[in-house]
Amino acid sequence: MSGSAITPVEEIKARSDYLRGTIEDSLADDATGALAEDDTQLAKFHGFYQQDDRDLRAERTRQKLEPAHSFMIRVRVPGGIATPAQWLEMDRLARRYGNQTLRLTTRQAFQFHGIIKRDLKATIAAINGALLDTIAACGDVNRNVMCTPLAERSDIHTAAYEVSKAISAHLTPNTSAYHEIWLDKKRVAGSEDHEPIYGATYLPRKFKIGVVIPPSNDVDIFSQDLGFIAIEEDGKLAGFNVTAGGGMGMHHGEPDTYPRVADIIGFCKPAQAVAVAEQVVKIQRDHGDRTNRKHARLKYTIDDNGLDWFREELNRRLGFDLQAKRPFRFLTRGDEIGWSLDAHGQWHLAVFVPQGRLADVGDVKMLSALAAIAKVHKGTFRLTANQNLIISGVADEEKNGVDRLLERHGVRSSDSLSPLRKQALACVALPTCALAMAEAERYLPTITDKLESLLARHGLGNEPVSLRITGCPNGCARPYLAEIGLVGKAPGQYSLFLGGNHDGSRLNKLASENMNESEILETLDRWLGYYASKRNPGETLGDFIDRKGLTLPWTD
Amino acid sequence: MAAAEREIITPVVGGSELTALQRVTRSFDRDQLLWSSGFLAGLAETRANVVPLQSARGHEWHIFYATETGNSRRVAERLAGEATAAGLSTVVQDLRDVRPKVLKNIDSAVFVVATHGVGDAPEGSEPFFEFWLSDKAPRLESLDFSVLALGDSSYADFCEVGKRFDARLRELGATAVVKRVDCDLDFEKPAEAWTKQILEQASKTVETNKSAHAAHLTSVPAKPEYGREHPFNADILTRQSITGRGSTKDVRHIELDLEGSGLVYQPGDSIGVLPSNPPQLVATLLQATGLEDDVVVDVDGESTTLQEALSNDKEITVLSRPVLDAVAESHPKLRSILESRDSFSKYLETHQLIDLIHEFPYDWQPQELVDALRRLTPRLYSIASSPDANPGEAHLTVAVVNYDAYGRQHWGSASNFLAGDAASAPIYVEPNDHFRLPTDGDTSIIMIAAGTGVAPFRAFVEHRREHANRGKNWLFFGERNFSSDFLYQLEWLRYRKEGALNNLDVAFSRDQKDKIYVQHRLLEKGADVYDWLEHGAYFYVCGDMKTMAPDVDRALHSIVREHGGMSADRATEYIDDLKRAGRYQRDVY
Ligand code: SRM
Ligand SMILES: Cc1cc2nc3c(=O)[nH]c(=O)nc-3n(C[C@H](O)[C@H](O)[C@H](O)COP(=O)(O)OP(=O)(O)OC[C@H]3O[C@@H](n4cnc5c(N)ncnc54)[C@H](O)[C@@H]3O)c2cc1C
Ligand SMILES: Cc1cc2nc3c(=O)[nH]c(=O)nc-3n(C[C@H](O)[C@H](O)[C@H](O)COP(=O)(O)O)c2cc1C
Ligand code: SF4
Repeated sequence: MSGSAITPVEEIKARSDYLRGTIEDSLADDATGALAEDDTQLAKFHGFYQQDDRDLRAERTRQKLEPAHSFMIRVRVPGGIATPAQWLEMDRLARRYGNQTLRLTTRQAFQFHGIIKRDLKATIAAINGALLDTIAACGDVNRNVMCTPLAERSDIHTAAYEVSKAISAHLTPNTSAYHEIWLDKKRVAGSEDHEPIYGATYLPRKFKIGVVIPPSNDVDIFSQDLGFIAIEEDGKLAGFNVTAGGGMGMHHGEPDTYPRVADIIGFCKPAQAVAVAEQVVKIQRDHGDRTNRKHARLKYTIDDNGLDWFREELNRRLGFDLQAKRPFRFLTRGDEIGWSLDAHGQWHLAVFVPQGRLADVGDVKMLSALAAIAKVHKGTFRLTANQNLIISGVADEEKNGVDRLLERHGVRSSDSLSPLRKQALACVALPTCALAMAEAERYLPTITDKLESLLARHGLGNEPVSLRITGCPNGCARPYLAEIGLVGKAPGQYSLFLGGNHDGSRLNKLASENMNESEILETLDRWLGYYASKRNPGETLGDFIDRKGLTLPWTD
Repeated sequence: MAAAEREIITPVVGGSELTALQRVTRSFDRDQLLWSSGFLAGLAETRANVVPLQSARGHEWHIFYATETGNSRRVAERLAGEATAAGLSTVVQDLRDVRPKVLKNIDSAVFVVATHGVGDAPEGSEPFFEFWLSDKAPRLESLDFSVLALGDSSYADFCEVGKRFDARLRELGATAVVKRVDCDLDFEKPAEAWTKQILEQASKTVETNKSAHAAHLTSVPAKPEYGREHPFNADILTRQSITGRGSTKDVRHIELDLEGSGLVYQPGDSIGVLPSNPPQLVATLLQATGLEDDVVVDVDGESTTLQEALSNDKEITVLSRPVLDAVAESHPKLRSILESRDSFSKYLETHQLIDLIHEFPYDWQPQELVDALRRLTPRLYSIASSPDANPGEAHLTVAVVNYDAYGRQHWGSASNFLAGDAASAPIYVEPNDHFRLPTDGDTSIIMIAAGTGVAPFRAFVEHRREHANRGKNWLFFGERNFSSDFLYQLEWLRYRKEGALNNLDVAFSRDQKDKIYVQHRLLEKGADVYDWLEHGAYFYVCGDMKTMAPDVDRALHSIVREHGGMSADRATEYIDDLKRAGRYQRDVY
């Protein structure tokens, strides 16, 4: 655990010559599908992770073959907005180099899975060719900047979106290593790289920023290291309430690691947002813990030094004080699946994407459907924080065309879906995620079916209950902010967290650990029965459980 | 090698003889060494007893053999044993170790020669045959000779080398004492008969010497208990598939238990396996011929059921001449196939017995079928393990022959036997002194393998690692697909990390549009390869005989030409020198 020595990853960064390491040698070594060990750490800064098909691991070891290595590539999409041309390129790459699927992530980004080493360069080059990139999609830097894609309120949205793009651009690393390795740019002789914001060892840990537009809290602003809550005053973007110190990641049985909801530390003008972001990043750069990666996120820096210290340090570095926070109200976090019309007479279709995975499965050819739409669509595609997709900016006369293309590819309308299913989230987990302890994405449909019938049995079928599952406590689907959170502990075993609220401002609590499916359903069955009979009018499941406390009356 | 040992031996035995002696005795334990000392003493005595005689008569018996997989050597040694026992003074030599011209000063020689490749001389003996078949060859009026040709009638050029050499010697005026006999794979019986004839002829010309006889008998080495004729039944410890999902091949890593067999081997040796034929195939054949499984047939004087005969006694996959001839009588189409050399060999390469039976219907009688089929012969598999790294075990790398053709399923006999569910396998060790590690552990080696050709190199690297040799190791490996066919990938990567494997270059032919093979990688690294050779490295090739080996040979020539700045002829000399020095060794099949 924590010693005073800096972590190995810090040393790797330090000797990497601004993220070069030996990545090019690693790519050239055709005797293995893997990278040299140090390079697997640096790879993240370039936007990809070394993984292997964990379903095959044991089998291949017996066969004296190395693990079936492949790579996950994450594409940054600031604010989650992509053009049809970009969509078509992502679709092509997924089919050509990937595993025939496109992952929409909980941070509004694209992910490819199953890219083999010798295709990495071609894929990353093509992504850049489409004017998207992968640098800083992962690694100890600022990640993809999120922004509510709430198209209905276009003018506010545009202003907020511009801010998120500006922040994203401003915090993108400077190193030319990325362009040399992936885009064959020659290194200018004798030129030294320089990282004015990050420095040569970048941040102690990943850093996440979100911009949110009330009344939706779809980006889960309280889970972000740094958050900007758009404040609207007489139809204009007046500025942002600034949040800091959110984060989900924890480790089973290590109480000094924990999820934390961010604090609102003040208000800033739109023009100040980039400066605020830069200074918060620099505070974390200078004060974050580089001796223990489990204690290196901003949330711990703030808890270790105190919120007042943090606010003062920030004001000092900014050279001005943040104003007092302004009133706002969050109502929902889910996407309103289906068609909606905005102020400017444009249509937007929020499409439900099961588990965030776009694929052609049997006669439901969702991936192909969207490719077909991209060929004719004149607006944009917007990735949501709930792993869904908005086909945005459709003219009246093209609305039916979109519907027909979806139908023709077997994509059924989402009207019939239960509120539970519509906003349920699952992380990727097995078979690709190296850290997964249990299934998540592959398990979500099953557990949702079973929960649906439970809810129905208690007459709660239309309750917008939030369910989130992750394969490990890292919390990639933000399970600690759900009313029902399942966090993987071992194959088939989950810890059950209960009592989150609808606006995402309250953490749920651990109800019990190591439960298998029937134990989970049994416990929930009791809670739902209790809730159905004892709830106050309009009281949500999360609020009810929180009010009652976690011990069921008949168990004590 | 301990300096002490050198000092003792050098005075009388030096250079290559010493290395040979050390090579042979390296794996011996104390008892084996003591026993051999007695054996050698005995030999010395025999020689002592024989020498005066022969100098008196000036008549010495030369037995030459040309072998690749040891059969000819075995026959030759057996002949020598019996001849010596009969009081003849004999000299047994491998043709790869003699200067061609020796025949000029010899008056009596016996040749046991195998045919390999496609009608080619066994590896290493080419110079000898090239010389005598060329028009440089002098007359040989004074030579009495006999030839035993070993071959395989499932090749178009059946016993080609023996035939041509026999004819050539007659041309050159030499006298054939015993008529040439061409042996098929089941060569034991004909070879015995021929041996008898030879000895009868010999005893007429040479009166035997009892004392030599006696002296000899006391020194006849106790035959190793297990061998080709008496295989050891080795338990199969492991039969692990080592090709991954989606592979176009099925390769198995087989581990055999040699405990208590007394069998010893060295890296480079092979294991001979006497299979039982695949039960499904036996059933299919019985069905196709409409014969009953329990009819009693005679196999070499012993009666057994047809089922038994087809399962354990007879060759029912690979075709051979006799069975084809039998059918050809009633099938003109087949006859015409057999007439042209090319169509014949093509047919043999691509058809098995089951195909013949379907394509050329024939009313087989049980006994007739059994007689037409040749004896089930052992298959060889390069040993993939170091005896010192895996005491009491021998590992094999077996590609399972299993394919569909002509709308029929086909099986390979031995590979399916090993991959199947048999608990044990009858095996013997087949030494190969022409595929050996350098005795000096500081010498570097370059290994070129395609597919299962990697087997002996696993043994090589394991062995050199086990003995902490300082020589560098460089492996070139080629197969079809990286993700599924990289045989022993985990071990190679581990060795590379440890430094036990210095260079690892791979070629996967089907991972990209244009096919890439080992010879391409070899050429890419040409400068380094030449540099290694210049620094004394050994060059080994193992795997496919038909295409890979020749391609690699061509690549090696162009590397030596380009990076050694040599003419084509000089390059050829350079490479011939490597061969002569035992620095270019091949084990191809
Ligand atoms: C794809 C995605 C989940 C999804 O299904 O959408 C994801 C997938 C992974 N996350 Fe995550 N995280 C994803 C959003 C999150 C979130 C949610 C968010 O950011 O809003 C969190 C919680 C918020 C936070 O950061 O606290 C999150 C917290 C983690 C952590 C824990 C960090 C911590 O402070 O403890 C790890 C492990 C780590 O960093 O050591 C992690 C690591 C991973 C890795 C890269 C596993 C690894 O390090 O080897 C996962 C790759 C799995 C795969 O095969 O694709 N991921 N990860 C999300 C990609 C977001 C993006 O586009 O950038
Ligand atoms: C010195 C030496 C070392 C060897 N080392 C190894 C080794 O390490 N590993 C290894 O796997 N093998 C090795 N072999 C080859 C091995 O001895 C056998 O020849 C091989 O395993 C096939 O034997 P089998 O009994 O399974 O097939 P068989 O019963 O001999 O049947 C083979 C026959 O099937 C037919 N056939 C096979 N494939 C096809 C096809 N695709 N299309 C049409 N017809 C086909 C051909 O007529 C072929 O002659 C070695 C051979 C030698 C001489
Ligand atoms: C790779 C290979 C190629 C062969 N090619 C021929 C051939 O062309 N003609 C032939 O008659 N026998 C051929 N044979 C059969 C051998 O001559 C036969 O196995 C013989 O018994 C080997 O004798 P040896 O052990 O002394 O080398 C070939 C055998 C092998 C392994
Ligand atoms: S939560 Fe855990 S299992 Fe799920 S994707 Fe993140 S790291 Fe992997």
